[in-house]
Amino acid sequence: MSKISYLPGKEPDAREHRLIFKNVDRVNWDNSIDCYIKDGGYEQLKKALKMEPQTITNEVKTSGLRGRGGAGFPTGVKWGFIPPTNTKPVYLICNCDESEPGTFKDRYIVHQDPHQLIEGMVISSFAVGANTAYIYIREEFPEAATILEKAIEEAHEKNFLGENILGSGFNLEIYIHRGAGAYICGEETGLIESLEGKRPYPRIKPPYFPAALGLYMSPTIVNNVESLCHVKHIIEMGGEEYAKLGTPRNTGTRILCVSGDVKKPGYYEVEVGKITMGELLNDVCGGPKDGRSFKAVIPGGSSAKIMRCEETYQIKNADGSQKDLSFYDIPMDFDTIAACGSMAGSGGVIVMDDSRKISWVLNNINHFYAHESCGQCTPCREGSMWMRKISDRIANGQATPEDVQTLEDVAYQIDGRTVCAFGEAASWPVEAIISKFRDELEAETSEDNEYLSEEAKQQLAFINH
Amino acid sequence: MENTTFPPFAVTPEIDAEADKRISQYPEDRKRSAGLPLLHIIQHHFGFINAEATQWVASKLDLEPMQVYEVVSFYPGLREHAPGKYHMRVCRTLSCAMAGSAELMERICELTGIDRSKSDSHHNPIAVSPCGQWSVEFAECLASCGTGPVCMVNDDFHEAVDPDSAQELLDKYDHASSKAATS
Repeated sequence: MSKISYLPGKEPDAREHRLIFKNVDRVNWDNSIDCYIKDGGYEQLKKALKMEPQTITNEVKTSGLRGRGGAGFPTGVKWGFIPPTNTKPVYLICNCDESEPGTFKDRYIVHQDPHQLIEGMVISSFAVGANTAYIYIREEFPEAATILEKAIEEAHEKNFLGENILGSGFNLEIYIHRGAGAYICGEETGLIESLEGKRPYPRIKPPYFPAALGLYMSPTIVNNVESLCHVKHIIEMGGEEYAKLGTPRNTGTRILCVSGDVKKPGYYEVEVGKITMGELLNDVCGGPKDGRSFKAVIPGGSSAKIMRCEETYQIKNADGSQKDLSFYDIPMDFDTIAACGSMAGSGGVIVMDDSRKISWVLNNINHFYAHESCGQCTPCREGSMWMRKISDRIANGQATPEDVQTLEDVAYQIDGRTVCAFGEAASWPVEAIISKFRDELEAETSEDNEYLSEEAKQQLAFINH
Repeated sequence: MENTTFPPFAVTPEIDAEADKRISQYPEDRKRSAGLPLLHIIQHHFGFINAEATQWVASKLDLEPMQVYEVVSFYPGLREHAPGKYHMRVCRTLSCAMAGSAELMERICELTGIDRSKSDSHHNPIAVSPCGQWSVEFAECLASCGTGPVCMVNDDFHEAVDPDSAQELLDKYDHASSKAATS
């Protein structure tokens, strides 16, 4: 294969390891099937169709691939949850509802390399025994939906989709299903309800995985775009070889999406855990803007708990001993970030420098969750709105110190009391921002607030009476 | 002012065929799944979804109109009222806000004469210009956080839209009308 060259200004950083994004911003690359095939495309599908489906699942298990959508659950294990006695049709759903604030990777995969996703999906469908697959794509990606429709048509013409794929006896149809602007459709059971034509109210657990009961009460595997693309590379490399990428338990590559106050925001595909927070922010992303310093970072999409840049974390070593880890020395993996009290989530790294007021950041996040709560569970529906109203007051300088405490109380009353993880997604940012920046928030409030409206004063008097 | 940008709801044989094609993508006894796809077809052709359109979708899918309306009324991406000819969605969420999306929205409103004072994020998200050509709405995370502020004009996506280049953006669509609003 010839050496890949990239568009000017879009060169990958030397520390990147591009697998999924190999073709993104590539010179003389287009998203047609001819271009993809010329580069060795669909060869892994041919290889996979000669394997036993169970062998593919085992390879994915061996690879250690963890879902790239947010929860980081091992993909192969998820596939293994389909009941062995199942007689109903199995469905595969690609979650292309990319809407976690800070995340912008699936957009580029679909726009520039749609056949990589289709190939990954056909292999995955073959492995789990699905003859129908849906791509649930957010409505705000109209161009991407058109690109995928065309890619599916092209794949059909070459018999990579349809009846008796490449003479293997395996049939598969992939359909595009467009969402309609609701973040909750990223939650896999909410997505399934939406696909069934209903309001996307997430389902009560258990069953914890739609692999047991999913779309139309049939076993259903829901995987993120990036995860499904990785499957193609696992077939190419073999699970064992793939697992050598990254670090133990945190294998492979992943795309980190950096936005906010850095010199060079963008997408960077790196081996999981092989790069530290400091290397990512200071070296790859060019450091803070001139005259500024880093203040806080949200490491995995806005639902992940915020981290203070001057903080030091106590981490347990494998042998049980403790070690201190500064923020900048945290490896970008799943487990260490979790041990530091946050999560690697969707890979969306949002950076804030010392010019940002934390009350403003908090309020922006609260507006998002108040807007996106589906309204099914009372603590979340009411709580997310209350949190927004309180942070509105803090951000506008109309709050009293009790408001910060009330805000924290509300957050802890949502957390763990809802059907789906949205409750945590909405309350974790609030809990973390208050625990890390309580002083700064309280400094923006005042006991005898001159900005308080008459109505607010009366309400306070009523409450305190 | 009566919005004349979109044709009144009327099912053509083409639209009916498009709907049937979508319905065929789901199991025969699971027609309800085609709800969103059919509503998207309607919104694409007629700008928004009225009661008559909701009834038509219900009859296509063997549902009660209420089962369709509960979907229409839930999703922010489905509209019950006409937007402008050019509907602009500006990303409001964190990374774009840090990059200046609130200023961008303000500037677009100034240039098009849109009054957002009666808009809110839940019940009345869309504000239309007096001439009916333009409408704006804040969207939640459009998933291009590295190139904020970003916005969509109808189905087109625009990155790194500096508030100062708002006029340039409008001019790509309709030169005369954005100027008229400012004069």
